[in-house]
Amino acid sequence: MTHSEPEEQWAAWMRLALDGDGDAYRRVLAAITPYVRAQTRNRFKRLGIDRLGRDGVDPEDVVQEILLAVHLKRHTWDMERPIGPWLAAITRHKVIDTLRRRGYRSDVPIEDVANVLPVEAAEDGLDGRDLDRMLERLNDRQRDIVQSISMRGNSVRETAERLNMSDGAVRVALHRALKSLALLFRSDPA
Amino acid sequence: MKTDELIESLVADEAAAPVRPGAALALSVLAGALIAAVLFFVAIRPRPDIADAAHHIRFLFKFVATASLATTALCLILPLAQPGATLHRAVLAVAPVLLGLACIAELLAVPSAEWGTRLVGTNARFCLTLIPLLSLGPLACFLWLMRWCAPTAPGFAGLAAGLAASGIGATFYAAHCTDDSPLFVTVWYSLATALVATAGFYLGRRYLRW
Repeated sequence: MTHSEPEEQWAAWMRLALDGDGDAYRRVLAAITPYVRAQTRNRFKRLGIDRLGRDGVDPEDVVQEILLAVHLKRHTWDMERPIGPWLAAITRHKVIDTLRRRGYRSDVPIEDVANVLPVEAAEDGLDGRDLDRMLERLNDRQRDIVQSISMRGNSVRETAERLNMSDGAVRVALHRALKSLALLFRSDPA
Repeated sequence: MKTDELIESLVADEAAAPVRPGAALALSVLAGALIAAVLFFVAIRPRPDIADAAHHIRFLFKFVATASLATTALCLILPLAQPGATLHRAVLAVAPVLLGLACIAELLAVPSAEWGTRLVGTNARFCLTLIPLLSLGPLACFLWLMRWCAPTAPGFAGLAAGLAASGIGATFYAAHCTDDSPLFVTVWYSLATALVATAGFYLGRRYLRW
């Protein structure tokens, strides 16, 4: 079995990332996103769901849920094995799960993730709407931390100083916030 | 929130998993077996004539059957817990095939008048309660491991956890049980295993979503 070039690059970055290299982690997440987006949209299209969906399902929300899952379950990737099948399985699982929650049955297989034309976001990035709604359901401190790091581009250190917390406490709160967001995605009926 | 913005939060969250799945599996096998062992040696205990029984092939075969169930099911735990891993479900056939062969041998070796008594045995009720009881600890450990990972087929993952757990539970129970005929083992041990596996299936569907 041969593996495509992007997959090998992702695997190399992911190995560094699992070793604590934040830059490599940012790179791999940014690199897989257009492919995950393409896969998600392809499946939506095949089921006849429009981009913004008559049911209000935005594929970008699913992309964000997949990225959260990739992050929280990254220890389940076996570093000895190619990363493509792992990523494809997570993508398939999350897309099917989302659609099932909304009453669709979907058995269309998802091919190798790297086997599609990637869909890049426009210059200002793509918005998910679910995440904003779910942020409202976090406690104030957790929401503040996620927004500070994500939307205002602050570091953990800067956020900690502003909130008068230790770096460690900010990291713990951030980790809990991400886990809560993943749970909220999963339990969201609509 | 934009997807690029979300990525910044993911990168900032450095709470890396402290152990790899392989190590976690080893830990959960150890913990599960330990719980079962404590329960066994404190409350159930080996049969009094175990030293003598150890010379008989029927007694020894029980461990071959139960240990092969435990081993083969354990082989599936990690592949089921890791998305995209290759799965060799066929290994689960090993224990049933062994039991089938042993049954044929038993039917050939024993006069047909005795088949019934050997199959019914003397303590089927203990078998059906103690094997599930001994399996509880291992099952909890394997489900905990699965939950920490990412099973894409939660029901089947729970079922495999149940099979592995009952393989461990039955291995201990076999040292207590005085019914050694493969006919007894095939019927009653399997029934007990089916109970645990069914419980695992439903627990998996309920608790292994992610």
